[in-house]
This record gives sequence, structure tokens and C-alpha cells, in this order.
Amino acid sequence: MTPRTHRVVSRRRETADTWTLALESLPGQRLPLFAPGQFGMLYAFGVGEVPISVSGASTALDPLRCTVRAVGSVSSALCATAPGDLVGLRGPYGSTWPLAEAVAGDVVIVAGGLGLAPLRPAIHHLLAHRNEYERVIVCYGGRSAAEMLFVPELEEWRGRFDLDVDVIVDVAGSDWHGKVGVVTKLVELAAFDPDNTIAMMCGPEVMLRFAALTLLTRGVAKERLYTSMERNMHCAIAQCGHCQFGPMFICREGPVQRYDVVEPWLKVQEL
Amino acid sequence: MASIEETLAATRMFRNLTPEQLSGVAALGEEAEFADRAKLIVEGEAADSFFLIREGFVALQTEAPSGAITIETLHNGDPVGWSWLFEPYLAHFDARSRGVTHAVRFDGAALRGRCTHEPGLGYELMRSFASVIVERLDATRLQLLDVYGATVR
Repeated sequence: MTPRTHRVVSRRRETADTWTLALESLPGQRLPLFAPGQFGMLYAFGVGEVPISVSGASTALDPLRCTVRAVGSVSSALCATAPGDLVGLRGPYGSTWPLAEAVAGDVVIVAGGLGLAPLRPAIHHLLAHRNEYERVIVCYGGRSAAEMLFVPELEEWRGRFDLDVDVIVDVAGSDWHGKVGVVTKLVELAAFDPDNTIAMMCGPEVMLRFAALTLLTRGVAKERLYTSMERNMHCAIAQCGHCQFGPMFICREGPVQRYDVVEPWLKVQEL
Repeated sequence: MASIEETLAATRMFRNLTPEQLSGVAALGEEAEFADRAKLIVEGEAADSFFLIREGFVALQTEAPSGAITIETLHNGDPVGWSWLFEPYLAHFDARSRGVTHAVRFDGAALRGRCTHEPGLGYELMRSFASVIVERLDATRLQLLDVYGATVR
């Protein structure tokens, strides 16, 4: 439960209000190893602690990357950190994307807005083990071109022959030459084998429901859809109840969970 | 390249048409190619035709003081234009190609006349376009919800 101190190595602006922090451990300590999908509790000293998606899983050589949108006092303080500043970190916590279950089949990644952050380590894993999977498709929807995450990396991914990446925005002016509409359109257009596909989705819950509906319409079985649920995790060890979602604690049974497990609770108001 | 009839038969929205109906509709279509940024449909003008995209990319747009705003983009297999079906038969938005686009242009006015005399065809076509309209209405509702404006985490 005690946060370990980490140093901010670098800070990259993703959008007007979203930053990706790279963290390293202090001398003599090791970076925690987060599996794709897991989250951490990031602590701005003197301000507070928030659950944060790990957007770049740590390895022995690479720093840990966390993508944070400045929406409250804690996340704003984290976004305002500078290289050299210290922050606290607890974790890893929670469940992981079903990367082992997806081996030998097609993988469809559906991300909306900031939802690409927790999926990014899964994409890295898929690319690092590319021969173990069939088609890998990334469908990414955002509000506008200016609000898309990891744009340089998206461009790099689009240049690969073994990865299908498509992006779409809700709103566009004359300077945008890509697709306009909702992310479900990309799912409709994507080429995959519905009988042998696992879908991993993350984004606003309304988007998730429509993305799931489109995948089901395409013939993907409900139990092959996975989502990352976002809730207000406080303790992260299933003790405080803040992230309770029906019979689950999202910090323990989630954040990654099968869609058919969470679906009944998605339409319950104020849950 | 596939014939117009083959293209129609392979398009999801026309899957319920009989071979005779497909043949009749195909007879009212002609190949069309558009250069980058060409207008297929002009807002306010008579809507006497619609298009089926074979290869390419079309943006539905409206003009604002700040410039053209793209509302939606349409892609392979998508129909472009439904104002030909409904009075006063005037286009509601511009449709502009993005890159060279190949499409089939259908004579909407002639097809309307044909539907009047063939209610079975008229029903199936109306059903097909209604399903497209429902899909786009759903998409528009999602866009209006501005779901990405809310914080995910």
C-alpha cells in the first residue's frame, strides 16, 4: 500500500490536456513490471493519488509510461510535473488483456479517445509476438484530429504491412483528410474472421456498448469481447468499495473483463 | 471490374432484391469516376441521382463561415444520397470525393418512377435505404453525445 518513489524522466504532450509521463525507479530499486491492461496508483505528493493507465509497460530497459488527462487537482498536478520531479507509484493492480487467449486468431483492438492508452501495451505485445497471431486490426476513434493520442506512433503503425490501423474522428474541418464518423464504422469496414477473433475494447462506456453491438452483428461471440472498465479506484486492493460495479470490484476483477460479464451492469444508472 | 449488376449483388444494402429487381436497378446505373475533391452532390441542387461507391472515399460536407465541415465520410459499398427518394428532392449536403473515386451513378428520378409501378421493388429499396438512414442516425446520435469529451480515466 505504500507508494514507491519514482522519478519523472520525460513528459510528452499528447493533446491539449493529456500528457504521457515516463518514470524511472530510484537508484537501487527496480521498476514494477506491469502486464498489458494493468493499472497503477500514481501519487502527486501533497495533492493525492489517482488510478492511471499504464500506456507503456515497463521492461528491464525501458521506463514506465503513464498517460494522464488533467481533469482534477491530482491529475493536473501530475501533468504539471517536470523531468526530475518525484512521484509515488503503487501497483501493478488488476487484470490483463487476454493476449494468451488470442494466440492463433485475429485480434481487433477498438479504442476511443483516451482508451488507446491502456491498449497501447497490448498492441506492443502483439507486435513483439507478431508471428503468434493472425490479423491484427486497430480501430481508433477520437473527438477530433487534435485530440488523438500517440499520433507519431499511429503513423508508424500505419506504415507496417502486418498491422491494419484505421482512425476516425467525430468532427473535422477542411484540414483533416481521413475518415469522419464513429469508431463502429471502422469495425464494420475491418476484415477479420468473426469465428476466430478476440476483440479488446476501451473507451467511453457508450462507445463500448455500440462497438460491442457492431462486433456482435459481425458475428463475434459475446464471450470473445473484452473491455477495460474505468472506475474511481481508491485503495486498488478491493477494500474501500469505491470501484464496486455490481458484484465486482473493478480494481480486483478488472479493469479488463469479459464484456458478457460487465454488460448487465452497464446500463444501471449511477453504478 | 465487376459489372454494375454484380456490384449491386455484392452490396449488403441490396441483398434482399431479387435477380430481376437487381437487373432493373442496374439498368439505371452508369459508371462514374471523380477526380480528387470533385462534387458528386451539391447542397440545394436537384437530387435526381444517387451513387454507390465502388472504390474510394466521399466526404459529406456543409459550408460554414470557417470553411467546409465534414459530417461523415463514406467508403466502399456505401450509398451516397437519399434525397432523391423524398420530396422536395433537393440535396441536403455536399458530397465531395477524397482522392480519385469510382462509383455507380443511378438515375434516381427514373428509379422513383419504376418504384411507383413496382411496389415490391419500391418496398425493398425503401427498406434498404431506411436501414442505411437508421445506421447513420445512430452514428450521428453517438457523435452528438460527444462521448470522448468525458474523461475515461
